[in-house]
Amino acid sequence: MEKSNNTHSRRSFLKVSSITGGGMMIGFSWLANLIPNEAMAAAVASKDWIELTGFIKIFPDNRITIISPNPEFGQNVMTSLPMMIAEELEVDWTKIKVEQGDYDTPRFKRQFTGGSQAMRTTWKPLRTAGATARLMLLQAAANEWNVPLAELTASNGFINHKATNKIVSYGALATAASKLPTPEKISLKKNGEFSLIGTPQKNVEGSKVVTGKSLFTMDYKHEGMLIAMAIRPTAFGMKLKTFDATEALKMPGIKDVFEIQVYKDGYVKAGFDTRTFNNLVVVVGNTTWEVMNARKKVNIQWEAFQPYKEFAGAGNNKREDTIPAGLESTDEHLKQMYEKQQVQGKILRKDGDPDAAFAKAKKVIEKTYSAPFLPHNTMEPISCFAHITDERAFFVAPIQIPEMMKQSITTNLDIPAEKIEMKLARMGGGFGRRAYGHYIIEAGLISKKMKAPIKLIYTREDDMTNGVYRPSYMVTYKAAIDEKNNVTAIHIKGGGLPENAIHENRFPAGAFENYLAEGWDIPTNITIGAFRAPRSNFIASAEQSFLDELAEAIDKDPIDFRIELLKKAKANPIGKNNEYDADRYIGVLELVKEKSNWGSPKNKHAKRGVAAYFCHNSYAAHVLELTMKDGQPVVGNIVSALDCGVVVNPEGAKNMVEGAIVDGIGNVLFGGLRFEKGVPMQKNFNQYRMIRMKEAPKKIEIHFVQNNIDPTGLGEPPFPPIFAAFANALYKATGKRHYHQPFINDLNKS
Amino acid sequence: MIQLNINNKVYEVDASAEMPLLWAIRDLVGLTGTKFGCGMAQCGACTVHVDGTPVRSCSFPVAAAAGKKITTIEGMTEKIGEAVKKAWIELQVPQCGYCQSGQIMSATALLKSKPHPTDADIDAAMQGNLCRCGTYQRIRSAIHRAAEMI
Repeated sequence: MEKSNNTHSRRSFLKVSSITGGGMMIGFSWLANLIPNEAMAAAVASKDWIELTGFIKIFPDNRITIISPNPEFGQNVMTSLPMMIAEELEVDWTKIKVEQGDYDTPRFKRQFTGGSQAMRTTWKPLRTAGATARLMLLQAAANEWNVPLAELTASNGFINHKATNKIVSYGALATAASKLPTPEKISLKKNGEFSLIGTPQKNVEGSKVVTGKSLFTMDYKHEGMLIAMAIRPTAFGMKLKTFDATEALKMPGIKDVFEIQVYKDGYVKAGFDTRTFNNLVVVVGNTTWEVMNARKKVNIQWEAFQPYKEFAGAGNNKREDTIPAGLESTDEHLKQMYEKQQVQGKILRKDGDPDAAFAKAKKVIEKTYSAPFLPHNTMEPISCFAHITDERAFFVAPIQIPEMMKQSITTNLDIPAEKIEMKLARMGGGFGRRAYGHYIIEAGLISKKMKAPIKLIYTREDDMTNGVYRPSYMVTYKAAIDEKNNVTAIHIKGGGLPENAIHENRFPAGAFENYLAEGWDIPTNITIGAFRAPRSNFIASAEQSFLDELAEAIDKDPIDFRIELLKKAKANPIGKNNEYDADRYIGVLELVKEKSNWGSPKNKHAKRGVAAYFCHNSYAAHVLELTMKDGQPVVGNIVSALDCGVVVNPEGAKNMVEGAIVDGIGNVLFGGLRFEKGVPMQKNFNQYRMIRMKEAPKKIEIHFVQNNIDPTGLGEPPFPPIFAAFANALYKATGKRHYHQPFINDLNKS
Repeated sequence: MIQLNINNKVYEVDASAEMPLLWAIRDLVGLTGTKFGCGMAQCGACTVHVDGTPVRSCSFPVAAAAGKKITTIEGMTEKIGEAVKKAWIELQVPQCGYCQSGQIMSATALLKSKPHPTDADIDAAMQGNLCRCGTYQRIRSAIHRAAEMI
């Protein structure tokens, strides 16, 4: 062990309290100085570096419960976060019980699932939490036996004094330990010295899942609970005009039909207060089927809205956005995007003299890529339970960002913060969609009106057609090649509705003397939001396809070409602010090259494509093998190399990489929501094609770079590069390059 | 009143004849292991067995299930069902878990009719069950593993 530098200040404190029946409960509140400055600077979101709370319950009979503060949506944090605490607490993992923490951000400090940040932001705080508790238990034993602390060892939930052969359980010491002052200096194990971290552990909720017992919001029940569904405009660009509920109210089991306004007029939105539609007609009744039927009987008139303003941010960051009117269509969107590609965009980065290089070029390669809006299509449609009474506002919510819901709940529901109680249900998938908690407000408003416990349910059609979609994007990559087959300049230009996806400081920036990145955007009234690796998931698909085509044009192996560029960027980086670590990038490329037998493939019939990417602080590279059967691609084996630093739970980590791979193949091949006159043209899985068992890869082989770098996240990084690995393999198999997602459209034409 | 035999227990439910079996099971009987995913037999999250055959309960009228033997994930306790659940845990199949009740019901039905399925058999039998988290390869392996255990 070494003394770590994360000694926390006197201001940080440890809350210790007795729990019913004896024992101790330790909550940790960490202040800003807990994590070193460099980590703070590198953190993506403003709060990521701050406080974090672990929560440990030790019972007198030595049962130990660890509370997992972050919401779980399948990324397995409910197992991996407690593993970090258990590592330093020195307990027997097989005997630990894990509980999901409720919404209590003041206590837990960070309750946010997104941005691949869970491991990264909790790495030191949670281990420090475990170590602090262990140290207090050791001190309690030292006091009781009157021996120096240094002579004691802690393991498997017991403390041992070797010289006198004494042993005592944590449970027996807990009360005494809870009365001790919080230790000021905490030593953490060095990376590489772990006994639990790095070992494959099974999902702590596995047996509940396979027996159908998991608590999803959809499954929540409450005495006297009513079911609510909303009716929303049929098209983006429309709003509610009038409605007549006479017939619906006559239907069996129906309690009420009324209008709600989700956000108040002039409401200043916080970061994730994105909504689909603001004025909804709500039908409330006894059972789901009755409400579904009555909903069809409500007679509603919609009308086109005029441009309007939305407000967001605070202080100097206060913002006014104009939401454009109009009924938008996918074909029109494409036309608008091609037009924008013809005019000068906003210069995002410029190195050297790209104009001169292109003017002198012997050959120029220019390719344009595009991708549509994507719905998240979580398997569990959106739902939320609310029971608002004078005493409390109780919710059961599937929400990725509980810590950011306070402003919206207090303002739009007129509920004081101290009355909010929220159970964080296991989420039936998230992928970014459940960061947008407008449904919590909707459910709250309905419960307030009905003065009853209610569960708001979205049908699949509601979920797919009222989404917070991945934006639609376009980008053109252009390369100048001289007479010696050297690439002398790169030009990237692109945008989207309503944002561009360009990361101008990422690779290949830094590798070319002449480099230009420009961006533009087009306003839209279609609601958009984060979708697994936002922006990266599109730009990587284009960039990594283009690099493949470029390598071929200058007669280079696609992996060697990338490595060569990275070595150049490392030795002689062009420009400033290059975001990636060339060595780690090269590391995953070399590993995937070796593990896939890139030079001498085992399967001579299959064609292979490679792609790599850096985002969310981690590095990923895939080699995907593909054959064509009856004009359709069949994915064979995939070999992946990842560098996300220390892997806390390899079992969960592999599962997440596999999930990202399947997700990417599904989206590049089939994903895309079409709009006509503001109407989403696919409403359910009969019209929206999702990847299924038959299209899933035959085998996925995952390799992690072994190093002692602190964990850097994994939920998103493997996702962006799989799109291009698929595209590049498809080219090898068909001789045709595909530029416009989803590829199934072109495949079915040819 | 409609009489339903679910997991060997008889329930009287006050439902209109055309109410989907799914909502009778979830809202009226109160068994929530069977999930709602699409409401039109496209995703398989609601799969239950009716007289041993897998059906999509979201599109199966409750009246048609009267007098038949309905099995839900909560009642998956015979040998094959137990093996499937065990294999699911051994191979750590679930991510979010929402679709897995339906996957397990479909897998169990497959193994009942084909104790040693090939990959092609699995692809065909499981084609109606969506998994948004992308656990398909693990499901395939877990079905083979369950077949070994039985």
